[in-house]
Amino acid sequence: MPLVDVRDLKVEARTDAGRRIEIIRGVSFTVAEGEITALIGESGSGKTTIALTLMGHARSGCTITGGTVELAGRDLVAMPESGRQQLRGTEVAYIPQSAAAAFNPAQRLIDQVVEVARIHRLMPMAAARAKAVELFRALALPEPETIGNRYPHQVSGGQLQRLAAAMALIGGPRLVIFDEPTTALDVTTQIEVLRAFKTVMKQGSMGGVYVSHDLAVVAQIADRIVVLKGGEVQEEGPTEAILHCARHPYTRELLAAFEPLRSDAPAGAANRPPRPVVEVKDLVAGYGPLGKDGLPFSVALRKVSCRLERGRNLGVVGESGSGKSTLARVIAGLLPPASGRVQLDGRELAASARGRSKDELRRMQIVFQLADTALNPARSVADIVGRPLTFYHGRKGRAREARVDELLDMVRLPRALRHRLPGELSGGQKQRVNLARALAAEPAVVLCDEITSALDSVVAAAVIELLKELQRELDLSYIFISHDLSTVQAICDEVMVMYKGEVVENLTADQLPDGARHAYSKLLFASVPKLDTGWLDSVPATVA
Amino acid sequence: MLSHPPLRRRSGFQVNAVGLAAGAIVLFWAIVALVGPDLAPHPPGEIVDFDFYGPVSARLWMGSDYLGRDIFSRILMGARYTVGISLAAVCIACFSGIVLGMTAAVIGGWFDTLLSRFLDALSSIPSKLFGLVVVAAVGSSIPVLVLVLAVIYTPGSYRFARALAVNSNTMDYVAVARARGEGTGYLITQEILPNIAGPVLADLGLRFVFIVLLLSGLSFLGLGVQPPYADWGSLVRENLGGLPFAAPAVIFPCLAIASLTISVNLLIDNLPVRIRDRSD
Repeated sequence: MPLVDVRDLKVEARTDAGRRIEIIRGVSFTVAEGEITALIGESGSGKTTIALTLMGHARSGCTITGGTVELAGRDLVAMPESGRQQLRGTEVAYIPQSAAAAFNPAQRLIDQVVEVARIHRLMPMAAARAKAVELFRALALPEPETIGNRYPHQVSGGQLQRLAAAMALIGGPRLVIFDEPTTALDVTTQIEVLRAFKTVMKQGSMGGVYVSHDLAVVAQIADRIVVLKGGEVQEEGPTEAILHCARHPYTRELLAAFEPLRSDAPAGAANRPPRPVVEVKDLVAGYGPLGKDGLPFSVALRKVSCRLERGRNLGVVGESGSGKSTLARVIAGLLPPASGRVQLDGRELAASARGRSKDELRRMQIVFQLADTALNPARSVADIVGRPLTFYHGRKGRAREARVDELLDMVRLPRALRHRLPGELSGGQKQRVNLARALAAEPAVVLCDEITSALDSVVAAAVIELLKELQRELDLSYIFISHDLSTVQAICDEVMVMYKGEVVENLTADQLPDGARHAYSKLLFASVPKLDTGWLDSVPATVA
Repeated sequence: MLSHPPLRRRSGFQVNAVGLAAGAIVLFWAIVALVGPDLAPHPPGEIVDFDFYGPVSARLWMGSDYLGRDIFSRILMGARYTVGISLAAVCIACFSGIVLGMTAAVIGGWFDTLLSRFLDALSSIPSKLFGLVVVAAVGSSIPVLVLVLAVIYTPGSYRFARALAVNSNTMDYVAVARARGEGTGYLITQEILPNIAGPVLADLGLRFVFIVLLLSGLSFLGLGVQPPYADWGSLVRENLGGLPFAAPAVIFPCLAIASLTISVNLLIDNLPVRIRDRSD
């Protein structure tokens, strides 16, 4: 008998107009004892909704309307809530995407990790603590004896994610649900966390359901893959089979999105003499008050210089905290630097956006990583895209409306979306609106700050394609900031590797990914997961 | 698919029963404030009953007060003071508090520091004492009362709006607007205000209640609305002695205050919501 048996599961959601939408349409799959099954699909495919039903839970507004979810022979759908509560933590456990949001910042880690044992009265507290320490050791956490005495802010993101795993595993569950646990982590951290998960799951021979949109990550940890789209199963099979002989066209699309598309320099650009459009010299910037030495309290950029030629793209890569986003903010004039210069078309720019002319501001636009926060949730798409038209070009009324339609066409969004609020769009659509707003200004340079990081691979690939196409049509130059090396490879002519606020290496596109000489660049490029089930085990431990 | 799908503007708003009922009560009191005194069966100062704290009767619908005056007429008359003065004061207080709060959050630096410290100093003065001193010095009149109440409640509203605006101000969409070169006025009205409107309105409802209470406090001390006129708060105060006799004179003004303040809050919590579901 399989550990989990989901049959013909249907979940409905109710909209604010009272309309019912079926978001899961008859999904069936099984998970055998000690096997890890991955649910993979783009955002909105229903993968997290299905994972939550395995605990008998449906998010507010959603109801399970049909089918059965059996865990070790017991149907969670038919069970009363009290019965499900008994199972949660002891039979089935959940590891959330953002461990930082799952921990109470005011309590010590160990107290939160052993909470499940206390709630279900599984074992004496001393025994629970001992077991927690054992788990910390198994998850390769540093100082397993004492790390539990720290508070959540005193450990790193990757460590916190492993602590969340310890919290899930303390009750000795038979099924563990991983909800995109490494999506928010850097590639270098992701490796450690994946390795720890894999080891622990193997040792305990537990069953798992791993929700992700990243095929390469899933390839490392899952035994079977279920491909979802629009609340339906598209394809199901062993990992090797899905990776190497996918039958369904959607699965092939997912696989294709993973292959890095080589950047082909625009034909016209090669012939023209190189002309720097943005030039940055010896930039020093940071946060907090300036000290006696003229440096900010916390320095984020140390003497950074770079240049971007017209019609070409510069990639900036590095882990979080390397100063790459700060660089974008300084160039955009949002953070005045302590020293150093920024030039646009050979003319020096004022340190802060307030001191720059409208035309200078227009020619350089910034697109932020999280379209959720970069679009005002209270304004419609037409307002958001139309504002730069009025502000820079004085377009009003019908002329503005017509141009908004053109821009929406340009970023491949249906015109009907113009009255929607950002909250009513999908992640990919939001990022397109975000892009359309930047294009509305008719810029020469677009600063892209991690614009594909929050998107799943198919959507990210489509956004990259769009960027390239727009570049050919509109003669744009991009500064492309990312920690995702495959997207940088796909679009950039030159790549700058940053580490702790300094540029450690400049590489051209054809040197990637093996031409890196600096130790940190090498580590960074080696940490990118490959579509190969044996990759994680083949990476030497020194890298992780 | 058509290249120009018809732009549908379907009925748009979702109204719930609680909001509707609360809105009706608020509207009712607003009408009473406008026309109430003309409908009153007796002049508010006239002694119509030889008994004090008289019971509800066919002639005196809500009984009589401690001097034998008609409570029904006095409540109709008091609506004008309570609704008028408090509403005017709360609007002035919240408007200035919100505008200053958002401006301080967006501009920051010295402007923010100076304004915040000044308003902190203002809110450190006990509100009753402040009202007492100003009204005693200038003399009681309706414009003075409105202004004093507004000044007393501005710092609280400022603090609240500023705290919300500071959060909104750090969002990327504000950074984008700044990078675009937008001015302070645009940032405040277009980017920040729509996102803090909900909590700010809830705060307005709460502050309205406080002002009704403070106004009745001032009236009790003889500095608010002058006799024989009275706002609802003073009606409660002056008839407090009737409480042991379960006099309707003290119960009905309480009911009036409760119905107005609760309705204002319920109305604000249940404002019509635009239906956004247009995906089909």
